Amino acid sequence: MTAAARPATRSPRGRSRSRGWLTALLFLAPFLAVYLVLLVYPLFLGIWISFRDWDLMAGDYGPVGLLNYQDLWTDPVFWRSTRNTLYFALLTVPSMTIIAMLLALAVQGPGRIRAICRSVFFLSSVFSVTVVTLVWQMVLAPDRGLIAPIVQFLGFTPVNYLGSTTWAMPAIVVTTLWWGVGLPMALFLAALGSIPKELYEAAELDHASRWSVFWRITLPSIRHTVILVIVLQIVAQFQIFGQPFLMTQGGPANSTRSLVQYIYETSFRDWLVGYGAAMAMVLFGMMLVFSMLQLWLGRQGDDR
Amino acid sequence: MNATRSGWALWGDRLLLAITVLVAILWFLPVLWVVTMSLKPNSELMRSTWGFIPYPFTLQNYADLVRLATVPRWLTNSLIVAVGMTILVLVVSSLAGYAFARLQFPFKRTIFVLMIAGLMIPEQAVFLPLHQMFADWGIHNTHAALMLPRVAVPIGVFLMMQFFRAVPRELEEAAELDHASRFTIFWKIMLPLSVPALTTLGLFTFIHAWNDFLWPLVSATNANMYTVTVGLASIQGNFAQTQGLGSIMASAVFASLPIVLLFLIFQRFIVAGVAMSAGK
Repeated sequence: MTAAARPATRSPRGRSRSRGWLTALLFLAPFLAVYLVLLVYPLFLGIWISFRDWDLMAGDYGPVGLLNYQDLWTDPVFWRSTRNTLYFALLTVPSMTIIAMLLALAVQGPGRIRAICRSVFFLSSVFSVTVVTLVWQMVLAPDRGLIAPIVQFLGFTPVNYLGSTTWAMPAIVVTTLWWGVGLPMALFLAALGSIPKELYEAAELDHASRWSVFWRITLPSIRHTVILVIVLQIVAQFQIFGQPFLMTQGGPANSTRSLVQYIYETSFRDWLVGYGAAMAMVLFGMMLVFSMLQLWLGRQGDDR
Repeated sequence: MNATRSGWALWGDRLLLAITVLVAILWFLPVLWVVTMSLKPNSELMRSTWGFIPYPFTLQNYADLVRLATVPRWLTNSLIVAVGMTILVLVVSSLAGYAFARLQFPFKRTIFVLMIAGLMIPEQAVFLPLHQMFADWGIHNTHAALMLPRVAVPIGVFLMMQFFRAVPRELEEAAELDHASRFTIFWKIMLPLSVPALTTLGLFTFIHAWNDFLWPLVSATNANMYTVTVGLASIQGNFAQTQGLGSIMASAVFASLPIVLLFLIFQRFIVAGVAMSAGK
């Protein structure tokens, strides 16, 4: 019951207000219930488990203090997985941002051809990770793939990309780019669409070149979106799991094992859930910094 | 484009468009290739996987798929989970979104901030404890277990709240004067207005549910309860042998059909939703 809605009626305010609270509670109850039971409680349960042994094989659930976190410090596979995750994000985020922006610039504007291109670039992002990895395992196959004949034509010997410690991660990055470019491209398209036309008209009168229009008008106008895309991508790519899990199983020689895969294996293959939970908390911490940045940027966007 | 632009600029535009089209064709080639392979007999694929025309042509791979019934079962599971999750998210999010947009209640600001903070909790931080909880409740390997964790995601509430806030108050005031109840106002006035927002949120939820991988991988351990995403992962192991390559490709195509159709029909909403979810 808002003050503006009924300024003149002098109803017994106290009663109507408490009835308003009751209504609001009914509206909120379903969400609050699932939110508390399935998100907030598990988060704290996860923190609690990370301070316990929680070894499902040995049936030992006792408290171990900070031991899980101490073990992480000296676990080479944990460090390797963390490094792989960071390396993957480092390769993926800048290239994804740049490709998404280039594609958005290329397909923005009127016309049927551009609309079809927009659909094509977005289409690959509705496939599931299983389908995407299946497709790209085939594309990258050294004996019967799509890349091999091109490489051969150029005079090189095709490599088993997914079996090479050097090439496996870049191959996963390419797969991820193909899969994920649709969303950032759509964000850039929305941003490009909201640049006032007058800015471009003025530049045209000055006979400004395409290049200088991009640097002086387009890029400054969408800078907020550029930062948003980078932050969103960092948060998203830290969660990498399916692509290496299905394409290389983390190999060769641990070179593509991601943090989430190590958490998954520790908890569901070795059944060391306490140790897995400690790792999950570390990943959560890594992501939290960027998620907070993302929220802050979102609020900046609201204020404008 | 524009009459004042020079001939060079015009040719530049055309060249850029031509390059764009070329890139789009290359982009689409893997999809076309997989569809082609799914329509070729396995004996031909043993010989060569090259080519984008399904010749010799066969529908045998798809016939086998339907006959074996595992993939159709996974597809049914995916449909049940995705539709169920979408309905739950829409109900829960629109109710709560309306409360945040229009109703007054104590600690509104605090509850709102706590909800927004929930946006920062990733799936990976809660999937282990959730797995323990669901194991204690004995509900793994049910459709409900596959749906529930994603219903708690606050982004839907946030989107619906943003939408309801933008609706002019006058539309509700008339009904308020008639002493209509809050729920009647919500149901009769606000919901019909929010069909576009509900469509967008629903589509995103559906696509997420369909493509969800980590949670169904740990929750559904019984092959009869696999979603199509997890099921396909389980048969990828056979992929090393060329034997059956055609049927694996057919199952990938089959598994993607519903989501691709949905995309083609509702493209406009999906692209608009991306902009919305960025908080614009």
